[in-house]
Amino acid sequence: MRYLPLNTQDRSAMLASMGAASIEDLFVDIPEEARLSGPIHGLPMHAPEMAVERHMKALASQNLVAGDVPFFMGAGAYRHHVPASVDHLIQRGEFLTAYTPYQPEIAQGTLQMLFEFQTQVARILGCDVANASMYDGSTACWEAISMARRITKRATALLSSGLHPHYVGVAKTMARFTGDALVHQAPSLTAETDIAGLIGQIDKNTSCVVVQYPDILGRVEDLSALAHAAQAAGALLIAVVTEPVALGALRSPGEMGADIVVGEGQSLGVGLQFGGPYVGLFGCKQKYVRQMPGRLCGETVDAEGKRGFVLTLSTREQHIRREKATSNICTNSGLCALAFSIHMTLLGEKGLRGLAQVNHAMAVTAAERLEKVPGVTLLNESFFNEFTLVLPKDARSIVRALADRKILGGVSLGRLYPDEAELANGLVVAVTETATVEDIEAFATNLEELLA
Amino acid sequence: MSMNNQGRPTRPAEDTGAASAMATSTGNRALMLEEALIFEIGDSNRTGVDLPEAPRAASRLGGLERKSAIGLPGLSEQETVRHYTRLSRQNYAIDLGLFPLGSCTMKHNPRLNEKMARLPGFADIHPLQPIHTVQGALAVIDELGDWLVKLTGMAGVAMSPKAGAHGELCGILAIRSALEARGDKRSVILVPESAHGTNPATAAFVGYQVEDIPAKPDGRVDVDALKARLGPDVAGVMITNPNTCGLFERDLKIISDAVHEAGGFVYCDGANFNAVVGKVRPGDLGVDAMHINLHKTFSTPHGGGGPGSGPVVFSEALAPFAPLPFVERTEDGKLALIEEESMEDHHASSFGRMVAFHGQMGMFTRALTYILSHGADGLLQVAEDAVLNANYVLRSLEDVLDAPFAAAGPCMHEALFSDNGLAEGFSTLDIAKGLIDEGFHPMTVYFPLVVHGAMLVEPTETESKAALDQFIGALRSVALRAKQGDPSLHSAPHFAPRRRLDETLAARKPVLVWTEPVVEQAEAAE
Ligand SMILES: Cc1ncc(COP(=O)(O)O)c(C=O)c1O
Repeated sequence: MRYLPLNTQDRSAMLASMGAASIEDLFVDIPEEARLSGPIHGLPMHAPEMAVERHMKALASQNLVAGDVPFFMGAGAYRHHVPASVDHLIQRGEFLTAYTPYQPEIAQGTLQMLFEFQTQVARILGCDVANASMYDGSTACWEAISMARRITKRATALLSSGLHPHYVGVAKTMARFTGDALVHQAPSLTAETDIAGLIGQIDKNTSCVVVQYPDILGRVEDLSALAHAAQAAGALLIAVVTEPVALGALRSPGEMGADIVVGEGQSLGVGLQFGGPYVGLFGCKQKYVRQMPGRLCGETVDAEGKRGFVLTLSTREQHIRREKATSNICTNSGLCALAFSIHMTLLGEKGLRGLAQVNHAMAVTAAERLEKVPGVTLLNESFFNEFTLVLPKDARSIVRALADRKILGGVSLGRLYPDEAELANGLVVAVTETATVEDIEAFATNLEELLA
Repeated sequence: MSMNNQGRPTRPAEDTGAASAMATSTGNRALMLEEALIFEIGDSNRTGVDLPEAPRAASRLGGLERKSAIGLPGLSEQETVRHYTRLSRQNYAIDLGLFPLGSCTMKHNPRLNEKMARLPGFADIHPLQPIHTVQGALAVIDELGDWLVKLTGMAGVAMSPKAGAHGELCGILAIRSALEARGDKRSVILVPESAHGTNPATAAFVGYQVEDIPAKPDGRVDVDALKARLGPDVAGVMITNPNTCGLFERDLKIISDAVHEAGGFVYCDGANFNAVVGKVRPGDLGVDAMHINLHKTFSTPHGGGGPGSGPVVFSEALAPFAPLPFVERTEDGKLALIEEESMEDHHASSFGRMVAFHGQMGMFTRALTYILSHGADGLLQVAEDAVLNANYVLRSLEDVLDAPFAAAGPCMHEALFSDNGLAEGFSTLDIAKGLIDEGFHPMTVYFPLVVHGAMLVEPTETESKAALDQFIGALRSVALRAKQGDPSLHSAPHFAPRRRLDETLAARKPVLVWTEPVVEQAEAAE
């Protein structure tokens, strides 16, 4: 058993040193009738590296790898090229095998990285401050709604119809138990978002308006008027960003007045990984910092006056505040935050803007090509790297048929909104720098054939 | 784990040591290199990536083009590698040495797990791919879930919770759903004082009133007091087993029976499952829901604070309420994903979705790799060695450190000491900081709250006897210094990249993001 350093002699010597006759002496507190006498029946025994590797590889080979095929999926998880040095650096044992920096004198590496991460995130979202990460975008979104309730002492949240349906799902689950009221409906297939409608719905009970930017159908719209309307009524504007690369090209939600901006940071550094682990981004205005969930890293000095970093404002957190904490989160997404931060450092402002430009140009190119497929219309007037096509028939069957031809051609709205028959022909298509012009052509011609 | 602030000094004492007297012009000390922030060394015109050519295309950004500067510094690839390599060297980590952080199970992280998680078939698949293109991924979830169910003797499992605390939330929501399903409005969750902070925080987060369960002097739940408190308003209890004092709750079955009889449910915090994996099945003790921290028991790396993963196993009574999505094997042997769409037919009482997508897939592949490596026999050995190592530490140090529960019997996977008997003015924090100078990461300190100046030592099974002996020697010497009142301990650590840090200053004037330094008037005039 290669991970266990003790051998039989060690075990005997150690037991003898403490006057125990056998290992069972140390387990006497487990009631005898419940104590198991040997390995649990029906489960395999230990195995060498090679055998485990063979088993795992056999499972991995049953999946269609995104990078092996023309790939156009998004809807909250995006495929971007991650520079080789990112994965190398996050595998440094000093990052990989450390934990939450409770002893700051020997955790300055993690702490400084978190301080840099918080600053990068705050700047890209357009917020004053950001925290050291949440689990993912969907849980960050709910935490923001519950933070708005604490700040405004109101409990009705207006969710834009353009908010990712899984994020809506998480909020609905939680709201059922916390007593928050959520106002929400499914999106309609129009070029405009529902911002005008949301403004009309804000009233004195509204705690917050939650709007995704770009939204689930890829649409982008100015949030300034919504921010004003919300704030004039004493409510907060929460903006949700599932594709942070977009903010290399688009004005940030913070610039447009959002009070809290949350997001999914997976696009940078993290990779698809079938949905997790990802990294939740959480930023807000300075005045709300004491209501934030999660860990915060702050600058300070040591006994010799040298700059250093510590976890701070922890009186918001569960380990101090227990049932009065702002959130129950403890372990967050540290290593994914590191990957995000390294990728962002490699890009820099120039690289991020360039990457955003390539994404947008590729997406525009793809949209123009796909729009020419007979029977297909492009829903969006504006978009970043993701847009919605309306097909002449149910998009789910087309997505499956494309997959059979080894093309991962977008996410059907039927998968995302199984109960909304009117959306069934919608197909959300994401195009990043990883797609080639040949990929786009393959997608378009196969779509043509399938629709013919 | 957690580090409590109450009763713990948060400002450094005056420096009394001369150890750091010799200055260098750079601030560096040979291999220990100071590293500035990316904002100080990078600039927004530098980049470490080469991008593909963008095709010519008109902008369709709807007039929302970003105009102002973002303020993101870039570094070349070489500078990036150096920056993060230098930062990494300011961290302590399991790869460097024993990391006895109680309640966190800082065991060795096998690299095979990393290799398997990076197979493109796992790392490079989209969460919304058509189901027939991700059968292998669903098989990983199914196979790991099956192990967790069998190892715990439970009826079902929810794989999507993102960490331990998220698993607690999952369990409490299932309890509340089950109660609501029978029209039973209960408002109270009972939690022992020794519980981890996430337990009361979780219960309160979904609107439960939290009440303490008292402990007995032997460090375990007071069963009579608990029984006396049970009633029609109690939704359930949250019990950690083994508990945060490192002790097995012998009476858990009796507690479970009493709670069930009173109409409530038993949530078990399984953060400490490592001590008993393969030795006892929580399902046999009447537990209704328990989270398992894959980043503890099943060796997925802690990553400097996550990501974790917190699957929850359920009893028959709670399994029907488990969250979406989950994986089910169909009659033709294929794996199906049960989501909102198929929920009506398959899982009508699910309380819904608690996360986008499927949970921490990257952690599932690592944990499954680890489990297959150990097998049922190896996992049993894991528990035995973890408990053996902890008792060895306990028995080797109880003569110098007060061990409040040691006289009554063995501990499980962690040894608990208090600050009782240290010299006047010396604290647990001094011992922790002294250990840093000796080259060890300190144990968990000031948790659990039920012991004064608690020191919770969890060596784990992946430490050799030699490593334990070294650690014991170091802790013994530091403990003796604290008992003799060695003043140099107050200013420890002396040899870490930083001396004690001023947490009070950090909290009083929070600086959470970097800002361009303002050039002082006088300087500017020069
Ligand atoms: C006893 C106990 N319960 C719960 C948790 C919470 O787990 P997580 O940090 O994964 O959310 C922890 C660890 O941090 C713990 O030690």
